[in-house]
Amino acid sequence: MKAIQELIKRYQLASLLVLTLLLAVVLPLSLDIFRLNLIGKYLTYAFVAVGLVMVWGYGGVLSLGQGVFFGLGGYAMAMFLKLEASDPVTTAIQSTPGIPDFMDWNQITALPAFWLPFKSLPLTLIAVIAVPTLLAWIISFAMFKRRVGGVYFAIITQAVALIVTVLIIGQQGYTGGVNGMTDLKTLLGWDTRTNSAKYILYYLCVALLVGSIVLCRWIQTSKAGTLLLAMRDKEDRVRFSGYDVADFRIFTFCLAAALSGIGGALFSLQVGFMSPSFVGIVPSVEMVIFAAVGGRMSLVGAVYGTLLVNAGKTYFSESFPDLWLFLMAALFIGVTMAFPMGLAGLWESHVVPWWSKRKNKGKGGDAEPAGTDAAPPAAVAATAKPARQASADSALTKGLSDVGAQSAIPGSI
Amino acid sequence: MEFSELLNIGLMQGFAGLSLFAVLLLMGLGLAIIFGQMGVINMAHGEFMTIGAYTIYLGSHLSSHYAPSLVSIYFPFAIVLAFLFAFALGWLVEWGLIRHLYKRPLDTLLATWGISLAMQQSFRTFIGPKEVSPTLPDWLLGSWAPKEGLDIPINGLFVLALTAVVTCGVLLALNRSRWGLRVRATVSNRVMANAIGIDTRKTDRLTFAIGCGIAGMAGAAFTTIGSTGPTSGQLYIVDSFLVVTFGGAASLLGTVVSAFGIAQTQSITEFFLHGSMAKVLTLSLIVLILMIRPQGLFASKVRR
Repeated sequence: MKAIQELIKRYQLASLLVLTLLLAVVLPLSLDIFRLNLIGKYLTYAFVAVGLVMVWGYGGVLSLGQGVFFGLGGYAMAMFLKLEASDPVTTAIQSTPGIPDFMDWNQITALPAFWLPFKSLPLTLIAVIAVPTLLAWIISFAMFKRRVGGVYFAIITQAVALIVTVLIIGQQGYTGGVNGMTDLKTLLGWDTRTNSAKYILYYLCVALLVGSIVLCRWIQTSKAGTLLLAMRDKEDRVRFSGYDVADFRIFTFCLAAALSGIGGALFSLQVGFMSPSFVGIVPSVEMVIFAAVGGRMSLVGAVYGTLLVNAGKTYFSESFPDLWLFLMAALFIGVTMAFPMGLAGLWESHVVPWWSKRKNKGKGGDAEPAGTDAAPPAAVAATAKPARQASADSALTKGLSDVGAQSAIPGSI
Repeated sequence: MEFSELLNIGLMQGFAGLSLFAVLLLMGLGLAIIFGQMGVINMAHGEFMTIGAYTIYLGSHLSSHYAPSLVSIYFPFAIVLAFLFAFALGWLVEWGLIRHLYKRPLDTLLATWGISLAMQQSFRTFIGPKEVSPTLPDWLLGSWAPKEGLDIPINGLFVLALTAVVTCGVLLALNRSRWGLRVRATVSNRVMANAIGIDTRKTDRLTFAIGCGIAGMAGAAFTTIGSTGPTSGQLYIVDSFLVVTFGGAASLLGTVVSAFGIAQTQSITEFFLHGSMAKVLTLSLIVLILMIRPQGLFASKVRR
């Protein structure tokens, strides 16, 4: 019994369970398929946000180019779907049948070589993960091995985002230009536009997202996670202890890139198109605010943050388009100034103490299991309700994150 | 004959690059002061440039509507105004926001991104989404032809002169004035500077505001090469960050050299390639060089 409790506490399974219930049961039952598809689209961004929690919250390295990895994964998937959509029969009116329509419009007469691997689904699925990871490895290897971090890394990743966007828009014949790749309808002959397909894709997205959160949580609780936190707060000390700081950072950055790539691929599948507007600087910075709103230290919080910000964006940009950017600006400023730990931080600093106070007053402490004589109140109440456990166990994390917020510059004093 | 034509084209293309150089340098100078000296990332820097550009437009609009006799002389005054507006706003932003975030540089980045979003939407709501360009006074138009087949636009010369003056001014101020002394003291050791009686908070605020003011003047230079819209500033922000990091963050001389290098590379490759590919090539080159030499061209010898 105690071992199970330990397990639940350690991996924050309770909050994950609540999230899974919300995504897999509550939302599908309460929303129509159009809205659910929209939620599915938001969830693809949540992959990026989860990756950012690892890189930024735990690793202390802010990347402003996550949209690039999202885009690479998305484009890899979109290229496969586009090739399937432009078989010689449906594209018979083109001057060169069998190639994507935008190539035909740009007077390209044969399929470029780098498109060929995307004729096969297994190769595409490999590319969805491998291409973003490879780019991330190149960038992070060059930077972290030379001990570049902090704002310099942010600037370089931002420049990469600009380069990739300009490249995609400029090479219209090979990439579809500003419009991107549109009309992606089928996957191996399976129509992804039907309602049942949308449900299946949604659940695929939820399952993969929960899976990645578990993976990230496992890394966080392992020795590598502890080292990441240590590096963020006292980089030199970790280095003097004999660890290679760069390797851990490279690994985390590549992990985040791979997750973003998966998110991008799911985006192309669910939404049916991919365009450079999800690659550039603006979307990349927006993805950072998803993680920041949810709480940069909380994997589950990142998902909530993504859902909230995107729901707000959809609502406000439909009803009050002028107001939305002001709200977004207020979000950026407010989160960094007032709630650096985001929603998860608010939960831990306000809801948890309030609840535990209430609990102790009401029950007078008789709910204590045997053997917890010296446990602090927060830990005692942890047995009462699942949501409580999730946050009580992160008292340590919270302590660490408070330190982290103050010493975000390694070696500042 | 053939060669001299090629030379002329090269010269003119090089000169077109000089206008870009002027804008990049002014943007970069402002950033170098803020980023290099204070370690603060100002993502709203481009919007401060836009403010300057809109100020010039305002000057041109007001003078052509209400005082046609002043049309020929409004430009220098508008440049001063552009500096003042951006300076005042920079002062406010530092007071309201930046000073709380000095210990968290990555958060400054997000907060100033918020500022830039708010400013862009303000431009869109209160000034209008359309791009505007001021009517430049007659003496700025036209070109100077030192010899047959070689035309050098006068506004480019003017912008270059302006840039030269501002750059020299900043270098002088930083190395010879009281303010510069305080800034340098604060940069090298904040605690000690505080202990010997330098008001580091005031220094920070003044420094930030001056950096923003210079961005405003960059906006004035910008109006001579392009039209101003709500998102004009955003187009330059990455370039100007790269100018600063490429040159070596703490070195103003490095900023000058790297702005020149970037502008000329872009302008010359533009002649041979598509505009977008020229940009890709230039930026990739810089990123590659920065990966190999992250400290930039002119690294400061001070250990940070």
